[in-house]
Amino acid sequence: MNGQVHIHPWEKRWIQFSIVLLVTFMLAVGVSAFAFGFQVPAPERQVDPNTVALEGPFANPGLRELAPGKYEVYILSQIWSFVPNEIRIPAGSTVTFYVTSKDVQHGFLIQGTNINVQVVPGYVSTLTHRFDKPGTYLFVCTEYCGIGHQGMYGRLIVEER
Amino acid sequence: MTGAQPFARERKLALWNVLIAITALFVGSWFGPLQALEHAGINLYKWLAPGIQSYYQGLTIHAVLNALVWTTFFIVGFLTLTVTYPLKRPLRYPWVNTLALVVMALGLVIAAIPLLLNEATVLYTFYPPMKASSLFYLGLTLVVVGSWIAGYGFFFTYLAWRREHPGERTPFLTFASLVTMVLWQVATLGVAAEILGMLLPWSLGVLSGVDSQLARTLFWFTGHPLVYFWLLPAYISWYGMLPKQAGGKLFSDLMARLAFWLFLLLSIPVGFHHQYVDPGVPPVWKYLHAILTLSVVFPSLLTAFTVIASLEMGARARGGKGLLGWVLKLPWKDPSFTAQALAMILFAFGGISGITNASYNVNLVVHNTIWVPGHLHLTVGSGVTLTFMGILYWLLPHLTGKQLWNRKVALAQAWTWFIGMIFFSNAFHLLGLHFGVPRRTALGAAPYNMPEWRPFQIEAAIGGTILFVSLLLFIAEVVGTLWASKPAEKPVEMPIAESLDDPRRAPAFLDQWRPWLAGVVLLILLAYGPILYEMLRTAQFNTPGWRVW
Repeated sequence: MNGQVHIHPWEKRWIQFSIVLLVTFMLAVGVSAFAFGFQVPAPERQVDPNTVALEGPFANPGLRELAPGKYEVYILSQIWSFVPNEIRIPAGSTVTFYVTSKDVQHGFLIQGTNINVQVVPGYVSTLTHRFDKPGTYLFVCTEYCGIGHQGMYGRLIVEER
Repeated sequence: MTGAQPFARERKLALWNVLIAITALFVGSWFGPLQALEHAGINLYKWLAPGIQSYYQGLTIHAVLNALVWTTFFIVGFLTLTVTYPLKRPLRYPWVNTLALVVMALGLVIAAIPLLLNEATVLYTFYPPMKASSLFYLGLTLVVVGSWIAGYGFFFTYLAWRREHPGERTPFLTFASLVTMVLWQVATLGVAAEILGMLLPWSLGVLSGVDSQLARTLFWFTGHPLVYFWLLPAYISWYGMLPKQAGGKLFSDLMARLAFWLFLLLSIPVGFHHQYVDPGVPPVWKYLHAILTLSVVFPSLLTAFTVIASLEMGARARGGKGLLGWVLKLPWKDPSFTAQALAMILFAFGGISGITNASYNVNLVVHNTIWVPGHLHLTVGSGVTLTFMGILYWLLPHLTGKQLWNRKVALAQAWTWFIGMIFFSNAFHLLGLHFGVPRRTALGAAPYNMPEWRPFQIEAAIGGTILFVSLLLFIAEVVGTLWASKPAEKPVEMPIAESLDDPRRAPAFLDQWRPWLAGVVLLILLAYGPILYEMLRTAQFNTPGWRVW
């Protein structure tokens, strides 16, 4: 240091406030994710995009009941549709989604939920959600995937028990 | 000196660069309102066929020209002056910077061919395995390489000045411009690796397949610092010029320099915040990048304080009083000032939606929704673009020796941009947040478009139309100044703000490159090294290309 550092007292306070604010944000999202489980997608597995529609679980995509109220659903994304494009589950179900693509990148977002993943050929995207409220939830492709992108969607119907 | 006039070469280079930039903005902006109107149910694209074949071709041209070409060419031109003027020294090798312009322009022409022929309708993110014409990748590469060469020209100039002036403190404008160009050189390594290592050989048939997850990671290595490359020249003006235009001084030279060093250090190792929902990146790495992303907010908060304090000093010197009453004494009749001040206000809201995006799991609510282009239009579309327009309101008179054609038109331009953007971005943010409406989608043709979305889509279309009117006012101002304006009575000079504190008294580490550059390398290695190694190890280069438009 070859001089005196002069910082205005208000500027010092502003710096302190900024640091406290940002550290609070860092901790808040960290705790909610790693302690309370509001997590972003984690790596699931890699697949061969050239054969994924022919063999393995994505060859017969759809809903499977694992236990009462517990489901998994394999969804194959392709230009320009989801297979399946209609899923029915009873209210109160917990569903784990596995999504991949056999061609270009897609996105999978269920409106009104935190289910939101990038669908990348060669990789399986996964998230889990519990559906308590009956109703029709739209899922849409959120990544530009070509000229028919705007027509790529489906419905998840949560039925009353 | 090359010409009779000092800096004649530099001025000429700057003028060519900004004229190409303005032309790109003019062409690209025609598609903006077309998109907003399409969402609201008015499809004008059908009138453009077969010239422009789809919404998505228009969208690609809009994004490439406005976000990549307008910004990069403007920045290279502007920095040519901000590097040299404060050093009171011309470019060391003007031919290097001329070469840079030629390479960039050549790249632009080469990329424009497939864009206009609908052979590269891959949007400006060009995510594989969508495969564009190889000319598109080649053209983009040349634009980036040209901008690298421009950077070398600046570095040679700085080193020559440094030899001539050992021990002297680098003037702030030059320092900040060099940081911006160094940031760009490091940041673009990611996309260079993506294009040269994968996409270009793949599009030429040399490589049979790519790994899309690895490509995304390399792309976003560049993708986020890219926005800081756009933003920092605006900050250069806000810190180093706008206080002078408002009649004040730079409040803290020290904080200004610290902010730029922090941008250099922190804006690169943050790319995973664009990939929070990617399947191939472990959450712990995403969280590390979330922390670093929130850290890069800090220098922007410093900027907010310093810039507002500098402007307040100017306003009080002009007779401003009261806790907030001083705001009225700012030079609101000066279009250059007004455009930039309004840009700051819009940018502040863009900063808030940016913090939302950065916030890890909160991002799930808005990721890939139309909220994101809402955010982008407040940041690059306002904070950056409206500031650059404001800069041009003194820069064009400076470069041409003419008066600004019509001050009232320029003022109307700034305010209409501000108002149009409020409508537009408000609607986009709300559509994404409340309804999960996807971005980059021809929603007017989407079977799932909901009646509840319509009022917001109309709001966005109104905003987009006002913005387009504003753009036409801007073009009128540019054309008027170039060809219909009188010579200036006295030459318009670059406004260079003095510093309130003596820059020579700032700590020495604020003028030393080595420790900061070492920090940049170290942080990139920490935040990207292990995970990039793992991704390279597990990558399967087996996805063939698709032409899906």
